[in-house]
Parts: sequence; structure tokens; C-alpha cells
Amino acid sequence: MAISLMSGKVTVSATVNGEPTEWLCEPRETLLEVLRDRLGLTGTKEGCSNGNCGACSVLLDGRLVNSCLVLAVETEGAEITTVEGIRGEKGLTPVQRSFLEEAALQCGFCTPGFIVAATALLQANPSPTEEQIRWWLAGNLCRCTGYDKIVRAVQKAAAEMRGEA
Amino acid sequence: MTTEKQYRVIGTRPVRPDGVDKVTGRAVYGADVTLPRMIHGKILRSPHAHARIRGIDTREAERYPGVLAVVTAEDLPDVDVVLAVGEGGDVNMRDASHNIMASGKVLYQGHAVAAVAAVSPHVALEALKRIKVDYEPLPPVLDVRKAMAADAPLLHEDLFTDTMGQRSEHPSNIASHLIAEEGDIEQGFREASVVVEREFVTHTVHQGYIEPHAAVAEWRDDGQLTIWCSTQGAFSVREQVAQILKHPISQVKVVPTEIGGGFGGKISVYLEPVAALLSRKAGRPVKMVMDRAEVLAATGPTPGTYMKVKVGADAQGNITAAHAYLAFEAGAYPGSPIGAGCTTVFAPYRLKNVRIDGFDVLVNKPKSNAYRAPGATQAEFAAEVVMDEICEKLGMDPLEFRRKNGAKEGDWRPFGPPYTRIGAIECVEAAQASEHWKTPLVKEAGSSRRRGRGVASGYWMNWGGTSSCTGRLNPDGTVALLEGSTDIGGTRASIAMQFAEAFGIAYERVRPQVVDTDTVGYNDVTGGSRVTFGTGYAAYALAKQMQREIAAKLAAIWEVDPESVTVEGDRYSAGDKSVNLVEAANLISEQGQQVVTSVTTTPHNRSGAFATHIVDVEVDVETGKVEILRYTAVQDVGKAIHPSYVEGQMQGGVAQGIGWALNEEYIYDENGSLRNASLLDYRMPTALDIPMIETILVEVFNPDHPYGVRGVGEVPIVPPPAAISNAIYDAVGVRMTTLPISPARLCAEIMAKNSARA
Repeated sequence: MAISLMSGKVTVSATVNGEPTEWLCEPRETLLEVLRDRLGLTGTKEGCSNGNCGACSVLLDGRLVNSCLVLAVETEGAEITTVEGIRGEKGLTPVQRSFLEEAALQCGFCTPGFIVAATALLQANPSPTEEQIRWWLAGNLCRCTGYDKIVRAVQKAAAEMRGEA
Repeated sequence: MTTEKQYRVIGTRPVRPDGVDKVTGRAVYGADVTLPRMIHGKILRSPHAHARIRGIDTREAERYPGVLAVVTAEDLPDVDVVLAVGEGGDVNMRDASHNIMASGKVLYQGHAVAAVAAVSPHVALEALKRIKVDYEPLPPVLDVRKAMAADAPLLHEDLFTDTMGQRSEHPSNIASHLIAEEGDIEQGFREASVVVEREFVTHTVHQGYIEPHAAVAEWRDDGQLTIWCSTQGAFSVREQVAQILKHPISQVKVVPTEIGGGFGGKISVYLEPVAALLSRKAGRPVKMVMDRAEVLAATGPTPGTYMKVKVGADAQGNITAAHAYLAFEAGAYPGSPIGAGCTTVFAPYRLKNVRIDGFDVLVNKPKSNAYRAPGATQAEFAAEVVMDEICEKLGMDPLEFRRKNGAKEGDWRPFGPPYTRIGAIECVEAAQASEHWKTPLVKEAGSSRRRGRGVASGYWMNWGGTSSCTGRLNPDGTVALLEGSTDIGGTRASIAMQFAEAFGIAYERVRPQVVDTDTVGYNDVTGGSRVTFGTGYAAYALAKQMQREIAAKLAAIWEVDPESVTVEGDRYSAGDKSVNLVEAANLISEQGQQVVTSVTTTPHNRSGAFATHIVDVEVDVETGKVEILRYTAVQDVGKAIHPSYVEGQMQGGVAQGIGWALNEEYIYDENGSLRNASLLDYRMPTALDIPMIETILVEVFNPDHPYGVRGVGEVPIVPPPAAISNAIYDAVGVRMTTLPISPARLCAEIMAKNSARA
């Protein structure tokens, strides 16, 4: 991390979706702002900017976080994965595919956050119960679906990833 | 239940055309738009609920480094036009103009008073702090009953009450008093052997879409204005902006982005005209994005209410009379959904003697707006809780009561023609036949927990509206389908499916796109549960028109009478000549011709949608916390085009209804300051708060649509609050008549009941 005295901006280096990335930002900018406004990664959404809705969920060194609650300067040297970095060998991952097949999205705005959160869940726990899925996803608000089809999509993806489907 | 017709495409569950973009983060929503040289706008908002603006000094903000433009109400022209914007009803554009930028007075906390455009959002926010507004605070009025009092502080000195066309003598906060009457209620109540009358209070709630409002405007030097925004109606935005700015509508182009939820709340403009003004002043494109607190405090939530409902029934369980008194908080300007409240309050029932009084009342809260079946949830909450009590007093099964008194074709309804073919009774019967209803509930659940079951019905009238579609036949026989209805929940799929069905091709061979206001004909807003019905109707008409045009072009090539060309699926034949659509497309393009077809349709939609819900709850009598154990939603959907998205609409509506029933409310202090303007304190249901939601799709053909479609989006939010209140009564014996039924409210009622008994 290098601080430029000219502008008050800071140089930050991190790995974003597998690519070494460097940017300049002000110390007050959140990771969410940098992803969206400086790196053009607009798949990560802003719904509330205070950690209540989960639309800005990303993985930071493998951990699920709300990027609106992380200052971008804190991510020096970190590995960041956004929804744009979630890709399977043949395009969509089982989580993404099952969201489509199960109609687990309506407006789609919360969907990137759910895709990231569900991906993190299935990495941590390949066989979650319905209750465990609901608990894990309780940090992501969806106002359209009533969660029913989201939970089913995660169950289906989990089964597929376990080789059961 | 199924209809008799067999379809190829309708009733299947294909992946939506916009799906891949939405699971990979590529889909572009309002705040994702970026233009070269773009700058950022922010709005200064009133800290007072009611105050006169003595003056605004923007000089220091204008000088702040990085600021490129500042605007106030002085930059807006005077307008005096009434515009119909669909489901939200008629809007006085002078009020709409004053709502987006306060003029003379601020009327609610969060009311916009000035806006700044600067090189970054942070600089714009810094500059807002340097605008000095001189306020003279006035007493706010925050409760609908207090606002109706003769001595209440007035929001507008020039507002008079309109009572069915009669103007009041004195100014008032009551904008209108609607009356609907049929038969003789006095006689009806005399014939009753049981009469129940109760009062109800509900609080302001928000649609709660996850995407905050966002708009980008670019005003070019030749007067051409382009707006990219997240909206339920690009054409409505174009009209509203043109009216508010007094700018020729032909010079306003609106490009709708993907929309992250709306539920009625993204019909009125808030940011778009302001961004346009800032862009004109700065000579640069301007982006404006609300934060969550602004969304809650300063967009259009749905009204709080005070309601009184009285119902009488004879000993056989026939309703003899019904009276509703509904007072809705419009917010700062007239226009609550009181008309819809009056229309829907008793809609599931056949009534001979009825009177409905509805009041549209101004209070110092944000101007209310449509929210999914606007007005119906509040009104039918009151009516359905009273009906439950009637059943209790009669010792009658609540579903049997609803079946016996159910509305059907030809029955009276307020302000409208009699019902056409509807499925109110079919829904009740399907609920009676459901596994949920037939499975007894075990009521004891440990020392401090009690379980109960409740039911409620609901109605929403649905809308038809105007829709346009353009179809372009590609040389490979596929079709580019251009639509103007923004897709909130999968309507690209439901429209393309109807087109594919009618045109005789596979769903995958239709590529639907939502395009801008210059590229397709007029479309009313995505609202009123109308898109799969109305734009689907247009797509059906387009398919038939394209088939006729293809037949006519083939007839010219084959030199036969156009009438002799027959169409069977995707095959066009005349005499010994026969081609499939791909061959036809090739033949036509070899002639240097194209099939590019546009249609506009405005079908009647005289029908409506009914629903009956069953819910099991578990109440913790020590804390007042309510858990939803099981939920079944039964609904007449007409014809489910894409059943997954129909189920999704039902499940989503139920979830919103559960939030409204148990948690969600605007909490104001005595000064009219909103105390819970965040998604932590305005608590919407999470995945952990609700169970799987069972759906039962009843299909009663709608005679106003070629495939029998009924709108499905709105009615599922209507029954949950009443069904849950009725289930809580079944569990613990207290009638909850205030929404939300928060743990504190329920605990207080349980304690009051226990101390009364002791």
C-alpha cells in the first residue's frame, strides 16, 4: 500500500477474480465502491450500504463478507471473488444453473449476492439441511421470491455437486 | 385443475431469456449505467416534517470545489396538469413537481429541497452540507384521525374535500370522501342475528425493493434529453418528466434498465427530472442514486389507515349487511389508494346491503404510492378479521362461510360493472380440498406455546392497459420480439411463450428484448398485474398479424390469392406449395423484403383475481413472537403461462404479506421524524423467518384473454395479515386488529386478556 501525498489517494494491490489488480482510491472508499466504480465490476450490488441486505456479498480470502462494510484499503494483498469470478469449467456453476432452472430469481437484483453466499455455503458445507441453508442465507434479503425457490435451488445444486443428480 | 386445451409451450417451465445475465452479474440495473464525462447528483432533504421555507442560500455550495450545478424548486417551471399514470391513479403534476422539490413548504421529513451535481458522490454530499435553508417549523399532523379533525393543522390551505363531486366549504386535509352504496344496510342489520363491528389500525409500510432508485440523465445542447433509469414504466417516466419540466415529449427518450423490484413504488418519478435539470445546468451527464434511508423516508410507501368494519349475518350464515369506513393516509399530497380499498374491501362476497365510505387524508408523511394490490391488503385485513369473528359467533366453518357467501359472475361490486367469470368460490373449494386444510393441527406445543390455524380470502381487480410489441422475422426463421414492458419478474419469458405458442415456433426461437421509448410503441406501466395479461395479449396479436403478413408475401411470390395460404404451426401452404417458417423467411428475404410488424392492443380486463390462504402459526405466549409453521396459498390464476413464475409471484406476495402482518412499520417520533429508516430497523422477512410456501393454482379461464390469463402478481399479498390474525386468535384467543402484530403488541394483548380473566 502506497499513499500518494498529492491526492490523498492510496494505491492498493489485490487479486480480484484471479487477476492481479491495482487501483488508487481514497481511504474512505468502501470495497463495494471500488469494485463498482473503479474496477467496473457492477455485478456486486448496493442495496443498503450498511450491511443489512447482502446484495454486495463477495468472498474476501474465501470468507463471505458484505463489501459495503470493508474499506478498500483494508484489502491490500487479499484475494477477492465477486459474482463475475464465479464460473464453472463449462460456463455456469451448478449454483447458477439451478437458480435458473428452479426460477429462484424474479427481479434478479439480489441474485449476485445469493449466488456468492450460496457458493460459499456449499464450500463450507456440501450437505446443508434446509434450516442450515436458511440460516446461512439470512444475511441476504430477497423481496421478490419468498425464498422458497432459492432454498430449493441451493438444495438442488448441493445434490448435484455431491454427485447425486 | 386444468383447462381442456393442450398447449406446446404454455404451461412449460423454460429458463428465462435474461436469466444468464442475472446469475453472472452482467445484467445492467439503474445504478450500473456509466457515461463518458458523467458526474454525480445528491439531494438535500428536509429535517422537518412540516415547515415553511423562508429562504435557501446555495452560494457556498456553488463555490465548493468540484461542484458543477445546484438546483432548487426555482429551477422548475409551474405546472398544472393532471396525468393518469396507471395503477397509481391520476396524478396532479403540480403536486408531483412539488414532491420532487419542495416549493414554499416542506411537508414531510425527507422532502427534497435542493440538489447538487459534483465530480463525485462524496463531493456532492460535502456540498449539500454547505446549503443553508431557513425553516419556520410548523406543527405536523401524523395520524389520520387527527388530520381529519376540523382544527387540525392544514398541509395545503387550498385543498377542499371532494365528496362524490361536491366541494367542501372550508379547506381540509380530507382530499376526498368516496361513497359506494347498494341496498339498505339499516334493514340488513335488522335482519341479522349476529353483528360484529371492530376498529382497525395499520401503519405505513414500504415496498422494500432491494434496488434503490437510480437514474442517469443527459441533456444535450440541442434539447434532446435521454434518461436511463430503473422504472416500472419507461413511457410513464417520459410523460412525467416532459410534464414536470415542460419539455416536448418528443425530445425525451427513456431507456429502461433492468429493475431491481418495484411493487408499485417505481412508477412515480423522484430523481429523473432533478437529474435532467442538473445535467442541463452542468452540461454533463448526471447520475443520481438514492441511499436506503432516502428510499424509506422519501419515496412512496403505502398508507397507514384507520378502519371500521361492521358485518351482520343471519342464523343460517348468510351475510345480511356490511359497512366499511376506511380512512387512508395519502401522505403529503392527495392520492392514497382509497378507491381500490373501497372496491376490494368486501370483494370476495355476494352482498345485497352494503355501504362503503372511503377517505383520502393528508398527513405529514411521504406521498404514498402503489404497493402490490394497493389499498386492498389494509381494507381486506379489516373485513376478513370481522368475517372470522362472524363465523366464530355462528359456530360456522370459515371456508364453508366463504363458499356459501362467495361472489360469482353477475354479482354487484362497487364503482364497477358486475363481475364477469371469476374464481372466488373455486379458490375456497380448492382450499377446502387441500391437504393442509384436511390435516388437523396439534394445538399444544409445550408450556408457553400455542398453535392456531387461520384462513382469509382476497381480491385484486387487475388491469388491462395498452401494450405494444414489434416483431422482426430473422432470415433463419427466429423472431426478435421488442417489448416496452419492463421485466420485473420473468415477463420476457411469459410474453415470449405466448408469442411462440401463437406463432407456431419453439420458445427458444423467440428473442425478447425490453427496449427504449423510441424503439417500440407505447406501453402502460408494469403494474396492476397486467403484463402477462396485456403485453401477452399484444404478443398474441403480433404473432397472428405476422402470420398474415408472411402469408401475404408468400402469396405474392407464389402468385396465388392470399386467402388461399393456410398456416399450420410453422408451415405455410397453398395448393401444392408448402414451406416451413425458415424457408418462408429465406424466400421473403431473397425478394429484398422484410417482415417487421408492430401491434398495439388495449384489451378489456373486466375480471380479477381471487385467493384464499391457510396459515398455521405458533405463538410464544411469554414473548408474543409468532412463528409461521405452514402456509398454503390458493389462487385463481386463469392460465399459468410459466407455472414456476406464477408460484414465485404467489410465494413472494405471501412473504411480503407476512412481513406486513408481523414486523414491518414506519416508526415516527412526535415531530414526524422517521426513526427506523434502515433495513436493520425496518425489518423485512429473511429466509429464516418463513417456511416453504405451498401453492395451489386454480385455473378459471378469463374470457378477456385468448389463453385465459389472469394477472397473478398482486392478490397474494392481500390475505396474509388477516389469515395470520385469525390464526393467532385460534391459538391464543385475542383478536389482533392493529398491524403489524409485533411481539410487543401481541404480548400486551395476551397479558391484558390474562389479567382480565384473573
